[in-house]
Amino acid sequence: MEKYTASKFFTEIIMIALAILFIAPIYLVFTNAFKSYNEVLNSTASLPSALSFDNFVKVWEQLNFPVVFMNTLIITVVSVAGILLISSMASYRLVRSPGKVSNILFFIIISAMIIPFQTMMIPLVKVASDFNMIDSIPGIIMMYFGFGVPLAVFLYHGFIKGIPLELEEAAAIDGCGPFRTFFKIVFPLLKPITTTIGILHTLWVWNDFLLPYLMLSSPENQTISLASYVYFGQYMTQWNYALAALTLAIIPVLIMYLFLQKNIIEGISAGAVKG
Amino acid sequence: MTPKLKKTLIYLSFVLPALIFFTLVIIIPFSQAIIYSFQEWNGISASTKWVGLDNYIALFSDKDFISSLWITAKFVILTVIGVNVTGFLLALVLNKALKSRNILRTLFFMPNVIGSLIIGFIWQFIFTQVFNQIYGSTGWSFFEINWLTLPDSAFYALVLVFSWQFVGYVMVIYLAALQGVPKELVESSYIDGASGWDRLRYIVLPLIMPAITISTFLAAAEAFKMYDLNLSLTNGGPFNSTEMLALQIYQEAFVNNQYGFGSAQAVVFFMMVALITLGQVALMKRKEVDM
Repeated sequence: MEKYTASKFFTEIIMIALAILFIAPIYLVFTNAFKSYNEVLNSTASLPSALSFDNFVKVWEQLNFPVVFMNTLIITVVSVAGILLISSMASYRLVRSPGKVSNILFFIIISAMIIPFQTMMIPLVKVASDFNMIDSIPGIIMMYFGFGVPLAVFLYHGFIKGIPLELEEAAAIDGCGPFRTFFKIVFPLLKPITTTIGILHTLWVWNDFLLPYLMLSSPENQTISLASYVYFGQYMTQWNYALAALTLAIIPVLIMYLFLQKNIIEGISAGAVKG
Repeated sequence: MTPKLKKTLIYLSFVLPALIFFTLVIIIPFSQAIIYSFQEWNGISASTKWVGLDNYIALFSDKDFISSLWITAKFVILTVIGVNVTGFLLALVLNKALKSRNILRTLFFMPNVIGSLIIGFIWQFIFTQVFNQIYGSTGWSFFEINWLTLPDSAFYALVLVFSWQFVGYVMVIYLAALQGVPKELVESSYIDGASGWDRLRYIVLPLIMPAITISTFLAAAEAFKMYDLNLSLTNGGPFNSTEMLALQIYQEAFVNNQYGFGSAQAVVFFMMVALITLGQVALMKRKEVDM
């Protein structure tokens, strides 16, 4: 064990001070969200003089928060579940049926990772309207299925290559069909990489702004990001309301982060190292 | 049913669902973007006109595009260096078995889980309201102006906020890499009397080269494609001084209704991102050593 020296203690103090300074913007948004308009302007740094939820009550209704929260939740959960399902199935078959077709398909799919979203977005709007996918929650979910495939297939493919064949062969001898073999035997073995891919895609879909901005127009279909954008545009001079809206927008994702932080940090570094 | 047909059907039922959605939202729009870039189209009328390379030729004499190109290039270079150097230094310190390591890691990573759009709004508040208050009570000229109102400072505000959001991500990658450096190698360098700098330069850095490659790649790709933060923090202003390529493509297509011209921009944007990020990875891969 290394000794806990005075210099280490000193480093520790400096780093903690640095981290507090680093996180101060988020702290300031939280504390000021409880203040009145004048109090935000005149004493930004101090704690709120009274614990009042007036701003939140007002913003909660104006943002239609329960609705946009549920929209975001549904879009995120269904999209990520779908991405995990279709990508794990496709990757499994691509790995287990080696050959020209599988190689070409895999190459095309992972090449798409390098295409920026902005390159495809102009025709995408047209494709989406041709298929009646505009301003519809099922429509945007199907688009996330497609956009999630490249990274998910890439990560699943690498993981499945490392799984020995014996279990599946034994299952085949026992008369297990291809679908049962996949769902009962292979899919449970993929749990570590499924967690990683699930975390990466959950954060992406939850926070995504540009696709909802292009596709969802009616207020009852909006997501948290989109509703915050619209709200901030109208209320940016009224800091007390704008800050309460921002607080509402970041609380769900921060709660998720504090509960799952170990998984999130590990998932993200694992995803990066393999990518 | 012949066995071969059965095998094909099984293959298709596994691969097709992913392939259909992938084709619908990526392959078709990507191919169409290339086609549009050779056409003139306002996005509404039924008629499109083939104009050959005109859009591309117009692109490179377009002042706004050239200026966006420079702003983007400057932004990518500054943030890639800034994020990697700071992220590496943070990881180096956190790697010193500090008691507070886990909580520090959690705090530095936190901005990364919040969406960039919201981050931009948070910092609008900091630059306009908090800076003004700090100046009022300290008189430090650093905080005197609202950074977002002047071209130069607005650009650096964007660099600062992007780095603030991304540094924790890079730090986590470096931290994982540093923990993979074998203890014996580091200890034997103490016995050999290597200085701290030599140890870093000749032992640690070569061993974590893969992490440097991947962090540089991720930071560059992310910086190139930045849209949300650009929109919410500066919206390209003041006077288009912070309008990066991703934002400009959106403006050209959906605000100015120049779909053909916007698509040409989008295609050039794709080629740049692909060439530069893949080129960087290929170049840096050659510097990696095998253990």
